[in-house]
Amino acid sequence: MQAQEPVDSQIQAIRRDADVISARQMGRRLAEDMGFGRPDQALIATAISELARNIVVYAGYGEIEVSVVRQGHRQGLRIVARDRGPGIADLGSALADGYSTGNSLGLGLPGTRRIVDDFDIRSTPGEGVEVTAVKWRRQ
Amino acid sequence: MAVTVPILRQGSVLIASIQEDLCDSDILNLQSRILEDVIKCRAKAVIIDVSAIGVLDSFGTKTLTEIAYSVKMRGAETVIVGIQPDVALSMVLLGLTLRDIPTALDLDHGLALIGGS
Repeated sequence: MQAQEPVDSQIQAIRRDADVISARQMGRRLAEDMGFGRPDQALIATAISELARNIVVYAGYGEIEVSVVRQGHRQGLRIVARDRGPGIADLGSALADGYSTGNSLGLGLPGTRRIVDDFDIRSTPGEGVEVTAVKWRRQ
Repeated sequence: MAVTVPILRQGSVLIASIQEDLCDSDILNLQSRILEDVIKCRAKAVIIDVSAIGVLDSFGTKTLTEIAYSVKMRGAETVIVGIQPDVALSMVLLGLTLRDIPTALDLDHGLALIGGS
């Protein structure tokens, strides 16, 4: 079942590492407003941190959008990370633990996928990356 | 705006008390200052208090690990104190560990772990 179109969307442009902090604060605030518990707020902030850093490191410029989505009776927080950077040639490797083309632990994408409920990544080499992640609120 | 984390000296122990969430360049700045101070003060131990931090992601954890290993090369030890429960849970789920790096509940327990000041 497709989630309904989001409401209350907020966007943070990501250009430098300080924007990573602004993006995760934006996400945490929305999570708190939506009634997520503190552990889920931390997971959402952490997921945004990883996705926003990927933008700074690999694309240089992009944005993080957070919004409320509804599916039937349940409500979720959706994170979309978009950039128009070089894209990811090998999505399978990028999602594997410990794989990195940068100087990192290689846990950003696979780790983020583990801490959210729904995860989707699309990339066309040369045209950028779009990652969509949703955390559903526990009933 | 850049955040400079205060590093206090108590005897042969350095205490870096992080007051707010740091961006990557602030964390790297802290890393180089701790390593300089360990040499300058001939410190035997470094305590990094992260209790005010709401997110420790892969970069933050990697850098803390690098600090601890570099300090060890100097013959000193590092204790990370005050990881908040929610932060700890996120780290574990993300797949992050602080392998071989001592951790403690808070500053007092950290000081006790390294044998007082």
